[in-house]
Amino acid sequence: MPDQSSFTRRGFLKGLAGACALGATGALVGCGGSSSDSSSSSDTSSSTATSGTTHKVEMVTDTGGVNDQSFNQISWSGLQRLQQEEGWDVSYLESKQESDYATNLDKAVDDDAELIWAIGFAMADAVGNAAKANPNVQFGIIDNANPTDASNITGVQFRAQESSFIVGYIAACVSKTGMVGNVLGVESDVLRQFEFGYKAGVAYANKEKGLNVQCESQYAESFGDAAKGSSITQRMVSDGCDVVFQAAGGTGVGVINACKDAGIYAIGADMDQSYLAEGTVLTSALKEVDVAIVDVSKRLLSGDLKGGSNITLGLSDDAVGIPEDYSLMGEDVYNDALAVEELIKSGDIVPPATSDDYDKFVASL
Amino acid sequence: MNNTVIKVLRKPITSAIIAILIGFLVAAIVLASAGYDPGASFAALFSGMVGRPRYIVNVIIKATPLLFCGIAVAFAFKVGLFNIGAEGQYILGTVAATIVGIACDLPAVLEIPLVVLSGTIAGALSGALIGWLKAKFGIHEVITSIMFNWISLYLCNYVVSLDVFHQPNTTGTYAVHDTAFTMILPNWKLSDEGQAALANVPVLRDVLVRCDVNVGIIVAVVAAVFIGWLLKRTKMGYEMRAVGLNKDAARFAGINVEKNIVLCMVISGALCGIAGALNITGISPHGISTLAAFENNGFNGLSVAFIAGCSPVACIPASLLFAGLIYGGQTVQQTMGAPSEIISIMIGTIVFCMALGGVIPMLAEHIQRSRAERAEQARKLAAEAGATPVAAAGESGSQKDEDAAEPKAPAEASPKAAEPTDSSEKKGADGDAR
Amino acid sequence: MEASPDYAVQMHGITKTFGSFKALDGVDLDVKKQTVHAILGENGAGKSTLMNVLYGLYQADEGEVYLGGQSVQIQSPLDAIAHGIGMVHQHFMLVENFTVTENIILGDEVCHSMGVLDMARAKKEVEKIVDEYGFEVDPDAKIEDITVGMQQRVEILKALYRGADTLILDEPTAVLTPQEITQLIKIMHGLVAKGKTIIIITHKLKEIMESADACTIIRRGRYMGTVDVSKTTEEELASKMVGRHVSLTVEKGPANPGKTVLSVKDLHVKDARGIEQVCGLNIDVRAGEIVGIAGIEGNGQDEFVEAIDGLAKVDSGTISVNGEEIQNTVPRNVLDHKVATIPADRQRFGLVLPFTVAENVILERHQEEAFGKGATLDYGKVRSFTNGLIKEYDIRPADCVDSLAGGLSGGNQQKVIIAREVSSEPDLLVAVQPTRGLDVGAIEFVHKALIRERDRGAAILLISLELDEVMDVADTIAVIHHGKIVGTFKQGTVSEEKVGLLMAGGGKQ
Repeated sequence: MPDQSSFTRRGFLKGLAGACALGATGALVGCGGSSSDSSSSSDTSSSTATSGTTHKVEMVTDTGGVNDQSFNQISWSGLQRLQQEEGWDVSYLESKQESDYATNLDKAVDDDAELIWAIGFAMADAVGNAAKANPNVQFGIIDNANPTDASNITGVQFRAQESSFIVGYIAACVSKTGMVGNVLGVESDVLRQFEFGYKAGVAYANKEKGLNVQCESQYAESFGDAAKGSSITQRMVSDGCDVVFQAAGGTGVGVINACKDAGIYAIGADMDQSYLAEGTVLTSALKEVDVAIVDVSKRLLSGDLKGGSNITLGLSDDAVGIPEDYSLMGEDVYNDALAVEELIKSGDIVPPATSDDYDKFVASL
Repeated sequence: MNNTVIKVLRKPITSAIIAILIGFLVAAIVLASAGYDPGASFAALFSGMVGRPRYIVNVIIKATPLLFCGIAVAFAFKVGLFNIGAEGQYILGTVAATIVGIACDLPAVLEIPLVVLSGTIAGALSGALIGWLKAKFGIHEVITSIMFNWISLYLCNYVVSLDVFHQPNTTGTYAVHDTAFTMILPNWKLSDEGQAALANVPVLRDVLVRCDVNVGIIVAVVAAVFIGWLLKRTKMGYEMRAVGLNKDAARFAGINVEKNIVLCMVISGALCGIAGALNITGISPHGISTLAAFENNGFNGLSVAFIAGCSPVACIPASLLFAGLIYGGQTVQQTMGAPSEIISIMIGTIVFCMALGGVIPMLAEHIQRSRAERAEQARKLAAEAGATPVAAAGESGSQKDEDAAEPKAPAEASPKAAEPTDSSEKKGADGDAR
Repeated sequence: MEASPDYAVQMHGITKTFGSFKALDGVDLDVKKQTVHAILGENGAGKSTLMNVLYGLYQADEGEVYLGGQSVQIQSPLDAIAHGIGMVHQHFMLVENFTVTENIILGDEVCHSMGVLDMARAKKEVEKIVDEYGFEVDPDAKIEDITVGMQQRVEILKALYRGADTLILDEPTAVLTPQEITQLIKIMHGLVAKGKTIIIITHKLKEIMESADACTIIRRGRYMGTVDVSKTTEEELASKMVGRHVSLTVEKGPANPGKTVLSVKDLHVKDARGIEQVCGLNIDVRAGEIVGIAGIEGNGQDEFVEAIDGLAKVDSGTISVNGEEIQNTVPRNVLDHKVATIPADRQRFGLVLPFTVAENVILERHQEEAFGKGATLDYGKVRSFTNGLIKEYDIRPADCVDSLAGGLSGGNQQKVIIAREVSSEPDLLVAVQPTRGLDVGAIEFVHKALIRERDRGAAILLISLELDEVMDVADTIAVIHHGKIVGTFKQGTVSEEKVGLLMAGGGKQ
């Protein structure tokens, strides 16, 4: 993926001019270090060489682990970028069980982290409790709104329906059989964004191009079951699907492998997954969690952004989108997709994120 | 003095300690070769285990299910059964407890026993089925229990996916009703009154508020002692051990082997089930969630049981150690930045060495034997030189213990030393027992 | 004795210790060429250890070994084989699904130049030896298909094939039927006639008298002397072996039979493979008498005992104890009818070897209130009860109450079982092969115990493969053949030959 970082970061940072590493942070986060048990403060705290204020940011993965080829991995790369570029102190804690969420968040607090990222909506309750117990520490949660009214949690969500809409559009244009598929993880609001955005993209292409592409989708009810992803995909292939979009975390790895075996196209999610199967992954519905983490971390710790808010990022923030590589879909389809992207950015198309909105969207076509 | 060394080496606790030390040594080599400072890593490990009162409490909380499952496996093993299904029975315990805990909303005095009992019964039933298949049709428990692990896992995922239980926008179910919670003072500690009272006692505040301190460990320790007592001091335990060590002799002696196998699996399954139930009632998120893979409470219980040499009471320290390694390992990752694989290798190495602890008594045996041979040579030399065998006299005096065990000694030294009839038949019998 | 070329094997002053245990203490052995030389001793006396030293499995701490008058160092079995020593272990080391020939050449294969097996030549060589010594063995039969006696011959052939001049046979008769024993003795004499020397390890006096020329006796690792077999008696050998006078004849008064305790009517039992092994067996055993069942192994004895003990399903017929039918119930019910059994396989059925002696003593009786109230076991009571039995039955070592049963010698293990079974004062005592593998002293003890129980008023059913034992101990001798009692005699009214004939299926009454 050529020059992805500059592509994704352009514009998003516009509104943040000069936000990086301002002295004002002390007012907000200084108290994190002076919490009640400061006597036992860790000796590993900030000792970085970079000039300016350094911060300590940690993240807690969900049960997928840090090398999940997906969500947690991108998040960690975001933190690593903060370390490289800003000299901040970063680390992560891996959760093996759901019950690890609370204790890992707790350990991050003990480590005097000023900002702690919880990766994934599964951790909403745990973050809510941790924030309540540690009012002086900032928390961020990905893919979930602030689960409480706490003023020290920032919820970061993505309009994944926008990128899903585009890949749905692409899928419909590329499909020769007139059938496309969609394998999803555990049913939830976040996953519905993918589901209905994708379906709407297909419907839009049908109308625009006079196609009659059908879309079938199924929840694997798991984010970590590659075998199940594979078997669902095989069924979809036998139904005639020739493009399958996965939005299922680790389960999706099985989807992509099954597509490769069947010789059909797969569409990745979250990160550009073309490296998983060259020539099979048509495109990916990017969800630039790393960009969001880098940006929101800086804004929160600089005092530019107050905790307790919810941030929703979409195409116009360059936080979602598709990669620039269009070798598999061809230039025409890619250009059409970019045109659709512009329509979404301009608000002419509002991709649906729920079943109701989808019905309305289809009716309006 | 040398005899003291041998005696000390023969003690199970010595072999455990030496094994742990060797484990750390090997782990240090692994860490160093991966480019991480072993000293700092172990420092992080221990500070993550016992650095704060809260950590100790968390280790205990994490040890609770491991202890239950460890006892369950150890108990079954004493009866000659390899309950590799602890994992599945644990999961069934969590599933049943969650279902009942969500479905029923009763006062705590009823809700807690009901929820815990439902989990226990679920585990027990699964164990009963495995035991029954073994007793009735001779289907090996390892095969059935592995299958049950997967059945339980997918049952869990199925229950999570049901609309009644599934909490929208999560990977899990709703939490059980809070009347089922078995934490210590769950409401008071978060109330204003409680917060005010605790503010003056930082240690208690730290421990109570920021951890899910719950009654599980108390139940688990009681269970460990009870199972140990059951095996050692009751007629039922006696029968079960007889079945475990020699089925044929047990049957011959009028013991109902089949009944004991089923009963053993019921108890073993119940222990795993109660572990699951108490984890639901005792720690957040108080519900189950979709499992992509096993959470390993049961499998780690297997390791705990074997570290403990299948002694239920010894499972208590073993589970604490194991939980400490797992929990403290996360701090190593956090502070050293070592990838979790390295941490897993480190923990695995330590556990592996502990499992090899049985080598130590053999080492003692070896030292004793070679020492005896040397003493014998010295005696011969002394005799040849015409000197009075003072050394030999001192030697034999200090070997009183060994002399008492004399009839057994040659058989131990080498099975071939005994008459072939005995040694080879013994081998056969041992094989059967295994 | 000086080393001399007249002797095939001479071992002088052999000492061997294991840890603090002295297995051999200055033992001498002088085996003349072309003789059968027996080594006699109780279990654990050091017979096998001595032979393992000769065969190179152990290195002696002290002592010299001479072969044909030459001093040799035997470091390994390979050395021993090179010196023409062959050993046949009690437990055969044969590959079950290989043929006789394949087993014989295993490890010493005849090969073509390229390392390919030359089976044709190997077979010829094997056939040559088979013919030379008159072994009746089919070189192409698979080991799993031939009898134990045949398998033993294959082991002997294996040693001969490797050029053995001196053969060591370790307890060769332990696994054989009386007929096979006779054949073995014939083969041994045949080998000696062809120039071989044979050393047999045994504790069976009768066989020594029948087969050996000389006999060296070892007691507790010490050399007790060598005797010319033709000039000694069984009693003398037994006393030398045990170290005290042993009565080889069973001393007992006349039986006073009372009411019928065990009554078996037309019993039919199938074995695990569904083949009927007990086919219409009838027998009665009265209180105060010993009924001995003589028979060759595999004629339904095992199934009969299992049926009594509630371990095997009875297809038809009845087993009554004191008038109550007990067939097809559970072992517990049988025990509750005061039936005690001394099982044939004591390590499999009689004892839990990893249990302590005390724990083994209460097996069958652990539920009794005497050993603990309610659900608990009172180990104090169990121990004191056990210590009483240890004293009464002279179980050694005397402080073995907390030792593992597996650590006891075979004879003492048997004593534990007898103590347990007899201490429950059974109405019916079933003793199956109660002296199997025991030495002379222990056999005497067992027989006395059986007679004492008889005199107490118990009904005793003695089932043995040793015809002598049945003839000597039983008041009534029954012969089993093909799952049926084919003859019943009062003791003293029948000859051993007649019973032997019936056992083999001939000479119907």
